[in-house]
Amino acid sequence: MKNHFELLGLAPAFALEPAQLDRAYRDIQSRIHPDRFAHAGESERRASMQWATQVNEAYRTLKSPVQRAKYLLALNGVDVAFETNTAMPPDFLVEQMELRENLESARDVDSLDLLKADLLNQKRTLEAKIAECIDGRHDYRSASDLVRKLMFLEKFGEDIGAAYEALDA
Amino acid sequence: MTLFQISEPGQAPEPHQQRLAVGIDLGTTNSLVATTRSGSVAVLTDVQGRALLPSIVRYLPGGRVEVGYAAQAHQAEDPRNTIASVKRFMGRGWKDLAHALGDLAHAAPYDLVDAPGMVQIRTCAGVKSPVEVSAEILKVLKARAEESLGGALVGAVITVPAYFDDAQRQATKDAARLAGLNVLRLLNEPTAAAIAYGLENSAEGTYAVFDLGGGTFDISVLRLSRGVFEVVATSGDAALGGDDWDQRVFCWIIEEAKLAPLAARDQRLLLVKAREAKEYLTGHAEARIDARLSSGEFVDLTLDTETFCRITQHLVQKTIGPARKALRDAGLTVDEVKGVVMVGGATRMPQIQRAAAEFFRRDPLNNLDPDKVVAIGAAMQANVLAGNKPQGEDWLLLDVIPLSLGIETMGGLAERIVPRNTTIPCAKAQEFTTFKDGQTGMSFHVVQGERELVADCRSLARFELKGIPPMVAGAARVRVTFQVDADGLLSVSARESVTGAEASISVKPSYGLADADIERMLRDSFDHAKEDVHARALNEHRVEAQRLIDATRAGLREDGNLLSPEEFSSIEEKTRALEKILDASDFRAIKLASDALNRATEEFAGRRMNASVRRALAGKSIVSLDA
Repeated sequence: MKNHFELLGLAPAFALEPAQLDRAYRDIQSRIHPDRFAHAGESERRASMQWATQVNEAYRTLKSPVQRAKYLLALNGVDVAFETNTAMPPDFLVEQMELRENLESARDVDSLDLLKADLLNQKRTLEAKIAECIDGRHDYRSASDLVRKLMFLEKFGEDIGAAYEALDA
Repeated sequence: MTLFQISEPGQAPEPHQQRLAVGIDLGTTNSLVATTRSGSVAVLTDVQGRALLPSIVRYLPGGRVEVGYAAQAHQAEDPRNTIASVKRFMGRGWKDLAHALGDLAHAAPYDLVDAPGMVQIRTCAGVKSPVEVSAEILKVLKARAEESLGGALVGAVITVPAYFDDAQRQATKDAARLAGLNVLRLLNEPTAAAIAYGLENSAEGTYAVFDLGGGTFDISVLRLSRGVFEVVATSGDAALGGDDWDQRVFCWIIEEAKLAPLAARDQRLLLVKAREAKEYLTGHAEARIDARLSSGEFVDLTLDTETFCRITQHLVQKTIGPARKALRDAGLTVDEVKGVVMVGGATRMPQIQRAAAEFFRRDPLNNLDPDKVVAIGAAMQANVLAGNKPQGEDWLLLDVIPLSLGIETMGGLAERIVPRNTTIPCAKAQEFTTFKDGQTGMSFHVVQGERELVADCRSLARFELKGIPPMVAGAARVRVTFQVDADGLLSVSARESVTGAEASISVKPSYGLADADIERMLRDSFDHAKEDVHARALNEHRVEAQRLIDATRAGLREDGNLLSPEEFSSIEEKTRALEKILDASDFRAIKLASDALNRATEEFAGRRMNASVRRALAGKSIVSLDA
């Protein structure tokens, strides 16, 4: 079976132009989507569903930086063991705790907006580093540490979302 | 609708090749059927020129059935046998109704029967499933379409609320099957509206569709770009609609007029009066409600806009939570939404218009008929699915699953396997293991919903995997796969990897109708009709076989080079064999020959997809070279 990158005709790299991914995804879906085969025979309808399912999965995985990175590391034989390996550098953890304290004391939309903008910057910086590690130096070990950090930031993003929600309620 | 008039000389199938396909909006209050004719979309009317068919079915003694206006005319005098808003019962159990509809379920003047999975309704013609009642509505629309188009339909796109769960979708598909309709696709109502709106207005960008119907509320956020309709997020309330406003007014009448518990026919009479008052208030400051009850009491009240808004304010408020959730799931702010398309008759209420305008901070778009836009979009999609549009002139529709799917784990917790808003079709697998030494079976409970406790989610199915070899706890590897198809319907399979023991389930039987139920209902309905079961089965298999022959020949013509000469002639031979048997009167023989051809083309179908993807990628790299 083809891997997600091959399936979408993309080079297996962390750095990825979202527009290019979107275009590849749509080009392929527009040919194999079950809507193309609604009037076809059973075997074609089934094949189309299986392909469209795979292409959707590939797109979903490659679209998310964390998922894309994890997938690339796995392709390169690095077992990242994210679930069991939770040890993080102390300074990073202190930073994370500060961020969470800031979030807890945020009482209005403006301060949440600030936190969100700040998070976006941090993510960009981290993603650039990951790209350098994976695509440039092929240093998958270090990349795996950075990806774990990125997961922390993603989780923090979700917490910000929940805080917006709490303000609305 | 100038855009719809464009025809494609020389490219579209010849008129005689045009496959007749329709879009059906099976609504809570009204239903419609629309189709594409010589390049333009039309809603089909009855002989009196009426487009809407009230979704009301009346059962008469002796098996006669009235549908639509005829049934509506008798609803006050024959409330127990005249079923309105049956969509609210589709795929719903007794417990769901009490939960979701609250006092509405009790106020429904029917004799509801608690049955496994789905409630049923006792009428003078026997106990009817909501699926059977819906099928009566679909039969009328099918007959209307076939008469109007002068031929048999190859299929229909039937719309469902985006927020319908698996049980409700499956029930809708069963109703279509019962009505003898080939379902090309179940299409989400807001998505259908977006197609109609997007194509007519050449809309580009992110839009929200705010769809408040008679019994359901959907809010979908879509990205529209040239030729692609992509649903980013959807949310809603499958038990909120115009009916609830009627119900509030109904309760207000009872309180104001200090009425004692009512007879069924008085209930229905006042519900009708409540609805009329609600509709009148859309264009007027106050509405007069007068009625003479069977008890001899008179009701004479005036409802003003202010009171109406006050007693229904909490209902209006219920639309805002889902709207917020959809935006959040889409990762968008209100400012990033370019327009809000209003759909569904209940969006005519000024207070709904105001609430949508206030939340999205812009004037809602109301330039399409909110009653017809869903059927029109469905008809456009049906035309594409029937293969009537050449590639390049059609569009790509990417829809999502509205509610998360999961499995019960220890402690009554739901473990999410497919998260909501995942693009369909999709598949997800998860591994489970045994927790006791020597355990040889595992039972699975499939649920749908966003809550953590299984008890708060909708139970879809239970099934068991047996034949796991005895091992120590935790050694078995059981892989459970969820597959959601393009209709948003789920099938689940489980497989133990050491022995290969397997169990799979199309999620249906535990809540819906087993195939045997459908067969029985079909026979029942034929008892009263001229058609007979065998003739219908034969016809359905012939149509399906012809479709298969055509599709296979087209495939051989286009991609025959992907086959070895032996493979090519084997497929050709099986195609001829099927063709030869087509006129025989034995539908089983046709089915056998069809199955044989399907098996023979399985590998070919896979290769064709592969080749198609390669062509897509090749095309893209040429584009990127140019750029």
